[in-house]
Amino acid sequence: MTKILNLISLWILPVIILTVLTCGIIKKVPVYEEFTKGAKGGFQVAVKIIPYLVAVIVAISMLRASGAIELLAQLLAPVLAKFNIPADTLPLMIVRSLSGSGALGIFSDIANNGGADAYSTKLAAIMLGSSETTFYVLAVYFGAVGISKLRYAVWVGLLADFIGIVAAVSVCNLMFA
Amino acid sequence: MQSPFFMVRVFKKICFYAINNYMNYIFYFLIVISVVIGAVNGKLQDVVNSIMTGAELSVKVAISLIGIMAFWLGIMEIAKKSGIIDFIAKLIKPVTKHLFNEIPPDAPAIGDIAMNFTANAFGLANAATPFGIKAMEELQKENDKKDTASNSMCLFLGMNTAGFQLVPTTVLAILIGIGYKNPTEIIAPTLLVTTIAFVSAIIMAKLFQGFSVKKEVKNDENS
Repeated sequence: MTKILNLISLWILPVIILTVLTCGIIKKVPVYEEFTKGAKGGFQVAVKIIPYLVAVIVAISMLRASGAIELLAQLLAPVLAKFNIPADTLPLMIVRSLSGSGALGIFSDIANNGGADAYSTKLAAIMLGSSETTFYVLAVYFGAVGISKLRYAVWVGLLADFIGIVAAVSVCNLMFA
Repeated sequence: MQSPFFMVRVFKKICFYAINNYMNYIFYFLIVISVVIGAVNGKLQDVVNSIMTGAELSVKVAISLIGIMAFWLGIMEIAKKSGIIDFIAKLIKPVTKHLFNEIPPDAPAIGDIAMNFTANAFGLANAATPFGIKAMEELQKENDKKDTASNSMCLFLGMNTAGFQLVPTTVLAILIGIGYKNPTEIIAPTLLVTTIAFVSAIIMAKLFQGFSVKKEVKNDENS
């Protein structure tokens, strides 16, 4: 099953590119000209998202540097111990929505400290693999079209993250505890 | 004499303002909390340094996107001109016309959303981002208020932040790296969890949409 999925992951991009180009040639689309016309947008998009990225990434870097996340993890630890959640996975739960590289770093720490087959490694792996860095996605996608009034988008993202954490803890408890 | 409902209405107005402009408060409080807690922890120097590193990192992230973004936007342009995007949009119309009910069922955004979803599902973040941004640009064309997110955008963002993925490739690579004996055993639970998060993101976006529609009607009555 994994092998098939890995094979699909490897082949999907080449297949998409070949299909698009072949269809273009058949339909007599000037593929080189259209490609360069579309590619021009790449630079503009990257420049356009910089202000939004700076706002989000700087604020979150400051928060991580201040030690506030460790403090919050300490405060929450007694509550979460009741739900059979290892304390070392707490920072990951908090950072997951804020910073992709931060979450990856914490996950590596948990995996290296806890060892390969520790319960907390499994829980951390499932939490990391099952969600996306909410604030990064918001900054990039809304930044690219210049939207600064996000309405309920953050609530949806954060609530989905929270439900994901609850689901990860429950599933992990059922399967590995 | 003001009616007793006056205070309720003021309170409602404040809540409405807070819900719609919370990004200002999130930004403000993230920075205030960082400075205060940083000072208490004696880590104020680290906080100050992180401004520099954070700003640098944001530009690095943006610059590193340019090349891959240009490539996929180029491919997308060919796909659009040769009718592939329209074809995909027609294919998934039965599902998307219920989800994205505020845009025309044949809108080009639907094709881009489908491409974004496919790339995400296979863990191809590099390709998923350009597709997603293209979708946002198409959704922006249907949007009345250009600085405010539309319901379709919030739903699309919710679907993306839930991070639906068939195989968590990065996590698997790390697990294999530290000598995890049976890394594939986390694939099934991860898929289950991500599906739950994905479906609940869609349900919540739809609930919020229903709520905000009612709110707008009420506001019109008040004015």
